Amino acid sequence: MAKYANPGQPDSVVSFKPRYDHFIGGEYVAPAKGQYFENTTPITGQEFTEVARGTSEDIERALDAAEAAAPGWGKTSVAERSNILLKIADRVEANLETIAIAESWDNGKACRETLAADIPLAIDHLRYFAGALRAQEGGISQIDEDTVAYHFHEPLGVVGQIIPWNFPILMAIWKLAPALAAGNAVVLKPAEQTPASIHVLNELVADLLPPGVLNIVNGFGVEAGKPLASSNRIRKIAFTGETTTGRLISQYASENLIPVTLELGGKSPNVFFDDVAAQNDAFYDKALEGFAMFALNQGEVCTCPSRALIQGGVYEEFLQQAVKRTEQIKQGNPLDTDTMIGAQASNDQFEKILSYIDIGRQEGAKVLTGGDKADLGGELSGGYYIQPTVFEGNNSMRIFQEEIFGPVVSVARFSDYDEAIKIANDTLYGLGAAVWSRDGATAYRAGRDIQAGRVWVNNYHAYPAHAAFGGYKQSGIGRENHKMMLDHYQQTKNLLVSYSQNAQGFF
Amino acid sequence: MGDVAEPEAPVAEVPGSGTERVALTPAAAELLVRLTAVHGPLMFHQSGGCCDGSAPMCYPDGDFRIGERDVHLGDLSVPGLEKPIGFYMSGSQYEYWKHTHLTVDVVKGRGSGFSVEAPEGVRFLIRSRLFTDDEYERVQAEL
Repeated sequence: MAKYANPGQPDSVVSFKPRYDHFIGGEYVAPAKGQYFENTTPITGQEFTEVARGTSEDIERALDAAEAAAPGWGKTSVAERSNILLKIADRVEANLETIAIAESWDNGKACRETLAADIPLAIDHLRYFAGALRAQEGGISQIDEDTVAYHFHEPLGVVGQIIPWNFPILMAIWKLAPALAAGNAVVLKPAEQTPASIHVLNELVADLLPPGVLNIVNGFGVEAGKPLASSNRIRKIAFTGETTTGRLISQYASENLIPVTLELGGKSPNVFFDDVAAQNDAFYDKALEGFAMFALNQGEVCTCPSRALIQGGVYEEFLQQAVKRTEQIKQGNPLDTDTMIGAQASNDQFEKILSYIDIGRQEGAKVLTGGDKADLGGELSGGYYIQPTVFEGNNSMRIFQEEIFGPVVSVARFSDYDEAIKIANDTLYGLGAAVWSRDGATAYRAGRDIQAGRVWVNNYHAYPAHAAFGGYKQSGIGRENHKMMLDHYQQTKNLLVSYSQNAQGFF
Repeated sequence: MGDVAEPEAPVAEVPGSGTERVALTPAAAELLVRLTAVHGPLMFHQSGGCCDGSAPMCYPDGDFRIGERDVHLGDLSVPGLEKPIGFYMSGSQYEYWKHTHLTVDVVKGRGSGFSVEAPEGVRFLIRSRLFTDDEYERVQAEL
């Protein structure tokens, strides 16, 4: 066990500044209106820094910087852009502990995750797009003897990106790496709940990118996000969040006729077929861990497996052991490397989860474990902790249909394959899902029949850069990860060239 | 719903503020008066999905385009405000919510999305209770 010192203490691996400004045009600049907002750590509920409260004036200034930088950046060689991404990755890797602890302090998540997942995945993501860029090719099509169609990739120009608070750094890198690789300049707005950790990272790498290529404007959605999303100076907007804001951003984008990428969450089914429990072996243990994955990142994951569907033949036995596995999840100080589940990211998130536990009970769902907040004592008493909670109920209940975004799973039984697929697809969303079976044909068929953009087969919560991620149905538009993401940040230029010396024959 | 005919102790509501389907707590009503002074007349659209999903979003009235398939749950009357505040939800989401009564409350928080209360350090939140059988029949008949 190792417990990292709280930031601010002399032996901490990270020290936050007392104040963070906007990062515009390669330097930190004060907000136009001079206002700042307090930022708290969900671990103790205490304030630890203040952050610039951006407004439309700051967004315009960032767009000025991005517009100035975009043409030059877009014309750099792919080798140059790729090398810069690799250098950023190296710098982040060399400072992994600092960035990971900063992320845990800002967001509340256990450092076991930031040290082993969030930051290593961000590093790998940068390297993946550095490589994918070098390997990307355009196309040449010979139309006839004298005519050739050339297809080139060109950057969009200036793009806007609005980042969520559940993986503040990893989600920023998911969006930044392909956008920068493709040659775009970016204006990025972090979430107001977690505005600080990205600046700890940025200060370490700021000298590597030309001024204006990356601009970070902090602030609230209504004051900074809206002027960015509705600006007619961006060529694309990317957003991760919820459906109403997704619709509003689409509405703004339609006014400017620009593309959107939206990732809006889900209510992901985790489907366990009878044969999972055919033997009490390593695979069975893996499946039980797969059930408990709903508590990863305190359940604050768009693909949280928040609906567990278990087949009737093994329902009681499997559920009993799954509850036992859930009860072994160690809740504690997020800066302790033994801690598996940390604090919810904000007080309003904490209150919302409790309101869902309340409606679940009212609807008649049975609490099998958890079902309340957790008071961890000492300085942690001011933080936002929820017990991992298992509900048993049916798919028409609201706790089966709405993304609670907390460590809460709702369990239901199914009798056969058709019922499993019917329940799995009875949802407004289609982001993630998993199927667990020892039979490859069942797993394959279920994986294809479930309407979701990512179906894990016999695993969960793996996010390699090389696998496309995104939603069906109301879970959004577009994909993230995978080299196809380069296309999402590029225009297609077609040069249609005639090598014939003769008139075309129309006039 | 027959098993749970008696609603649990309901959240305090501003009398006469709401409709059969949606109402306001006193704290939410008071905040709406302050927000209206800053932003002008307001509206609610109930969100779904990740992050701040499942939370009501409050916008200047007309900022968010209500679609053909949105459901108008009612107009909230706020003491001190001339114009009632419309409350909407997407039709597909309402299908999963229609058996519950909603009360708009407010808690401390940082919010997100473009909802207008976030800079005040507070967040609107939905408290829910099941309709009784009688209430449910009345509400369904209204639609």
